Formats: sequence, C-alpha cells, structure tokens
Amino acid sequence: MPRTLRHLFVLAIFLIAPVTRAQSGGVLHFCLHGEPKTFNPILVDDEASENIRYLTGGVLIRLNRQTQALEPALATSWRISKDGRTITLHLRKGLYFSDGAPFTSEDVAYTIKMLMDPQVHSATGDAFRSGEGATDVQTPSATEVVITFPARVAGLEQLLDQVAILSAHSPEKEMAVLGPFYVSEYKAGSYVELKRNPNYWKHDVQGHPLPYLDGLHLDIQRNRDIELLRFRRGELQLINRLDSESYVRLQKEDANVARNAGAGLDSDHIWFNQVTTAPLPEYKKAWFRSAQFRKAISAAIDRDDICRIVFGGYAKPAYGPVSPANRFWFNSALPAPKHDPRGALSLLTQAGFRYSNNELRDQLGNRVEFTLVTNSGNAVREKIAAMLQDDLSHVGIKMNVVTLDFPSLIERMTRTFDYEACLLGLVNTDLDPNGQMTVWLSSGENHQWNPGQKTPATAWEAEVDKLMRVQATALTDIKRKESFDRVQQIIYEQQPFVYLVNRDVLTAVSTSIIGAAPAVLNPPAFWNIDVLRLKPSGEFGARK
Amino acid sequence: MSVRKALRRVAAFLLCAIVLLAIAAGVVTPYSYAHQFRELPNAAPSAIHLLGTDGLGRDLFSRLVYGTRVSLLLAPAAALLSTLIAGVLGGTAGLLGGWSERAILGIADLSMAAPLLFVLIALRAMLPLDLAPLLSVIATFLILGLLGWPASLRVLCAATRDIRNSDFLLLARSTGCGPTRMIFRQIFPNLRPVLLAQFWVSIPVFILTEATLSMLGLGVSEPIPSWGNLLRGLEDFSAVSSNPGRLAPLAMLTIVVICFQVILPSQEELG
Repeated sequence: MPRTLRHLFVLAIFLIAPVTRAQSGGVLHFCLHGEPKTFNPILVDDEASENIRYLTGGVLIRLNRQTQALEPALATSWRISKDGRTITLHLRKGLYFSDGAPFTSEDVAYTIKMLMDPQVHSATGDAFRSGEGATDVQTPSATEVVITFPARVAGLEQLLDQVAILSAHSPEKEMAVLGPFYVSEYKAGSYVELKRNPNYWKHDVQGHPLPYLDGLHLDIQRNRDIELLRFRRGELQLINRLDSESYVRLQKEDANVARNAGAGLDSDHIWFNQVTTAPLPEYKKAWFRSAQFRKAISAAIDRDDICRIVFGGYAKPAYGPVSPANRFWFNSALPAPKHDPRGALSLLTQAGFRYSNNELRDQLGNRVEFTLVTNSGNAVREKIAAMLQDDLSHVGIKMNVVTLDFPSLIERMTRTFDYEACLLGLVNTDLDPNGQMTVWLSSGENHQWNPGQKTPATAWEAEVDKLMRVQATALTDIKRKESFDRVQQIIYEQQPFVYLVNRDVLTAVSTSIIGAAPAVLNPPAFWNIDVLRLKPSGEFGARK
Repeated sequence: MSVRKALRRVAAFLLCAIVLLAIAAGVVTPYSYAHQFRELPNAAPSAIHLLGTDGLGRDLFSRLVYGTRVSLLLAPAAALLSTLIAGVLGGTAGLLGGWSERAILGIADLSMAAPLLFVLIALRAMLPLDLAPLLSVIATFLILGLLGWPASLRVLCAATRDIRNSDFLLLARSTGCGPTRMIFRQIFPNLRPVLLAQFWVSIPVFILTEATLSMLGLGVSEPIPSWGNLLRGLEDFSAVSSNPGRLAPLAMLTIVVICFQVILPSQEELG
C-alpha cells in the first residue's frame, strides 16, 4: 500500500472511530416485574427468569419476534427426519461462552440431557416430551448434533428457541452463556446487572461485534405505577409492557415514547360451566350446553365498544382462539365477530327461549339469569363485566357480577365447579397450537368449560380431540394448519369460549434508544436487544 | 350558643340533607345509575351530566346519590348490629366477671388478632354466587356488622364492670332488686351513652371498611354503586385530572365522616 494511501486509511479510521464509539456502549435501564427465581435456563418457569434467559441465553434456532420466522443462531442449518423424531443440527465453529470455554456439540448434548432429565423437572423440557422412552443425543463431530426423540415433536425447531445452551465443562456452569449479555451482579429484591458478553457470536452488517450496549441494569419492581413514574422521570429507558390506561397517559405526554406493536396473542373471554356434575340447576346446565345460547350471547356483545371504552381503542375484537397476530396459525377464513342483538334474539327464539317485557325466559318459564365471576381487583375485567351486563340486558338476560379473590376463583373453577360463567384471560406466549393442547383436548386440565373428561362429552369435542392429535403428529406445517384451521372453525361455531378482545401489545421506549422495533411476541420491547443502541446524549425515559 | 353546639347543628343539618338526598334518589337523579352513555365515557361535568360520567359513560351524579343511599343506610345498620353484639357480650362479661369475663375477652382478643380483611375476603368468597346484587350488598354489610364488634366489646365490658362495682348497684341489690330489673332499670340506662357513642363511632368505620373492600374489588358489586366502588374511579389519575367531578364521592365521604365525628358526644357528656 503506498504510504500516502496508508496515511489516508489511518486518518479515515481515526475519523470514523469516535462516531462508532458514540453510537455504541452505555447501560440500558429497565424493570423486571418480579424476582427471577433462577438463572438456570433449564429451570425457568417465571417471567423474570424468562427475560434473563432471553437476554443471556444462546439458542440453536431463534424465532424472529418481528417476522415470526425461524432464523439460524448457534446452529447454521438443521434437518428434521421424515418421521419427525430426529433433528440434525450443524453448529457454528469457533464460538466461545462468556467465560472463554469453547462451544461444541458436547454442550448441546449436555443441555438436552439436562433438559430431558425427569429429575430436573424442567418446564421447558416438558414441551419436548412426546412419548415414552429416552431421548438420544449423538455428537458425530464437534459441530454436528443428532437428537432423536421417542416420538414426533411437533414444532420442534420453534421449541428450540426456548433452550439456552449450557456449557458442559465451564466451572461457572449456567452462568457461562452464549447470549449477548451475562449476569454480572444480582442483589435479591433490588436489581440484576448484566454485562456485555465479549464472546457473543453476532456481528452487524458492518462487521462490528454485537451487542452495542455495554450492559443492562434491570431493577426489580413489581409496582407498574412506580415503573411508569420512573420512566417519566427519566430513570428508565424502556417499559416492556404497559396497560392501556398508562399508555394513553404516556401518549398524551409524548407520542414518540408510547409504542403500540398491534393486537397481541393474549385474549379475554368468557365461558359457561358445562361440567355435568356441577352443583347447578338442570335448566341452567341445559342453557349452557346449548350452542345456540352461547352463540346468541356472543352476538349480543358489542366488542367494538369494549375495545373503545375499556381499552381506549388499544384492543381488537377477538375472532377466536388464535389472534390475527399469530400470522401463520390464524384461520383467516373466520368471519369477523359482529354485534347483532337482533340476531342474538333470533337465535334464542330458535333455541326455545321467549322474550317479552325485556325479560328472556326458557321453555319452562325460568327467567334467564346467571352470575359471572371474575377475579377481584382487576379494574379492566370489572369494566368488561359491567359492559357485558349492559349488553345482555338488551336481550333480556340478567347477568350478575361477582368478583372473587383468585384462590377462591380457582377453587370453584377446578375443584367444586360451583359457578355459572367466568370471565378470565388466556396468556399466549407460544405461537404453536401444541402449546394449547391442555386447553383443547377434552381430557385437558385447562379445558375450562368442562375439564378432565374421560370421554368427550360432545361430538364436536371428540372431533377437536382428533384434530388436535392429528395436527400434533402431521409431518408438515401445512397439514398441521389444515387440522388446526378446522379446530378454530369448530370453536367459532360452538363458542365454548366466547372470545371478547385481543389486547394490543403496548410498550414505552425512550427516544434515547436507537433501533427499537416493538413486536407482539415476548419480549416485545427488547426482543432485538443485541442491536439496540443509546444516543450519545444518553437521555432517559420520557424526559426531554 | 357554644361553637361546638353550632358545629353540631351544621353537621346534623348536612347529614340530614345527605340522608334525604339518598332517600329521594329516585326523584332527584336524572338517570338510572346503571345506564351507560357509551358515546360519553369520562365526560366532564355539563348541564346534562352534573358531575360528568365515569369510564363506562354512567352518570356520576346519579351513581353518587344512589351510592350514598347504599353506604349511608347500610353502614348504620351494620353499626347497630355490631354494637348490639358488643353490648350483649360486653355487658355479660362485665356483669358476670371471673372466668366468663376472661373467656369472652379472650374471644374478642382472638377476633381482633385475626386479620379482618382476610376473614372478610374468605367470608365473602363463601357466599353463594347466585345471590341477587341487592342481597349481596346487604350480606356484605351484615358480614361487616358480624365481624366489627370486638373493639366495642372491650369498652362496653369496662363500662359494665364499673357499673357492677358502683354504690348505686350495691344499694339496689341490698334493697332486693332482682337481676332482670337490675339489668333493665339500673345497668342499661347507665350504659346507654357508651352504647350510643360506640354506635356513632362505628358508622364511619364501616363506611371506610366497605370503601376498602370495594377498592379491592370485593365490596358492593356492579352495577350497584357505593362510595367504596365510586372511589375506585380515583385510580384513573388522568380521568380525575380531566374531570374533578370524580372527587365528589371522596368529598362526600369526608363530609359525612367529619359530621359523624362532630355529632359524637364528648367525654364530659358521656361521663
């Protein structure tokens, strides 16, 4: 290289370097909403630990939270056998854990063995338990792993997104990580400090090592109001999830920091008790078992009003068990829910009910009146209940609302079955329908309208059972979707759950953060933590 | 006229006015407390809605007046019940003395040591779910009344013990006065001021307890309003700042509690 050119090159580097440095570094502050119960990624069973796992864990295959597509991570490629039992993964070469231990196929084998060890009781591992027998892990070379499960595991690649690889040999055990950060300090009840992993494998398109940030300071703060206050004061730069009320307040103050990722996967819904042994009058059980009655209830509900009034417009009417936010699995053929009180009355008349003097009565002359229970202290659900009460009064139904403390509610829902209807929500963290097996199988514990059935009580439940098993064992996602589309159709027709709304995923991101792109999947605000940067001024929260 | 007397008159007038307003709720309110004006949620005060509307578009003035009826009529009923229980048990303990007194006071101490809020929550959860809303309101106050006696009991027991050891009771006994006559002619008239004081003191306590229960979502259930569940509207800070009418239940509660405190007989009057 000529001398002048070399000088120019050095000068160019000198000029660029401060800019690059200015865009990187810094510590991002935000909150965990509970104490992390463990730093061992295999044992994760709570939201706070899950967030730590996401920030520190290196996984073989990563689900891109924005595109909802699978991307290579520690594994550069993978192949699943035709019987769906075996996955062969090819690993990246020359990677190291945060403590400098090399990453090889042995680490993957060790992690899978720990995950599937019945003595470990891993909740993450439960998703992989497809049948009786042991899981076999072979390591033909340092960069190749072959895992064989006793039976087909549906959505196997996606499940690997939850498995952070442990080091088989590191003396630091689970504290040695392959993710963008590692835990450097933890003060129980106060904070978790994470530092940049110098051995993180990812680089940006310019070849700069990721993550850009030097570290993360995660305060443990259960109180969401205090979290919001601290964000507004500029002590935090990010809030992972906001309720609609706080979002509206924040948006009024500064529209740039309040970020809406759109309708999420979680839903609020009601259901009627259809348990045959429930201590309810027979005539009420007959109402609740009638699909027309449930469909009429669904038609009488004004979901748009619930979205507008209760959620300030930051929710969408729910179609069914799958939110439109779940791009692949949502059955787009389902018709949009419609508020149709006349249609509701017509359905009720067809089912033998009589409406006169603003009162609905069944064939035996009983006034249609039931009690809806929900958990106490939840202002949003209480508002929804009050709106349902009003909507149903327009078709002559008298609905009483009772709020119960959560343990009493669970006791009634799962043991005594002494309730008529219930309003609750379903938190969905998994895109794959396999995550909802216990909800849809008639034998499932979370088949809430009639749980733990020995044999399906109705023909449609039997069909749903069959379809769910078919989708769990089908060889291609297209075939699986065909079956699950039909499940969604049946649920739409039968309305065992009357779905109400899908809440929007609302976050707060300080204008000091560059690169934030909130998504509906967890963790919505910091799913792309490795590419987040802080502006040089380092201004915090909503403060200007 | 002393300042205290004047204050009492003002307090009594205010209380009477509020009670009358509550009784005449059906006449003075323009709308049903449950009617939802869905196009007007969180509306500011106007000629149509004097205090504005709540988050579901319900007229706040109507809800406040009906809520006053619920809180102000049922709290005295609960206070009466708890004072009666405390009177019977405290009177018995004070009169009999010895192991009976120790046993009754022990039960009262145990009851006071139990976390009242959790007991209330547990009892509320045990109620049948198909209770009509009005019955559930009455049941809530009934529970409050049934659980609220231990604090008054100690006071009443001490007062009865004083009467038992008094000279006039000794004189009555020595003149051959029977137990029934002694209770109704000697003890009860002397205990009446303490009973009345306990009754008056309990009313604001029950109003506030119901408010606490409602703040936890366990008080009077929707759509029936009470001061307690109206106070939950204060949780929404932005709605309060845009509509100060939301503070009306708090103002009403404060006025009523102060009025009760002013009306209460003083120590000298009791003595």
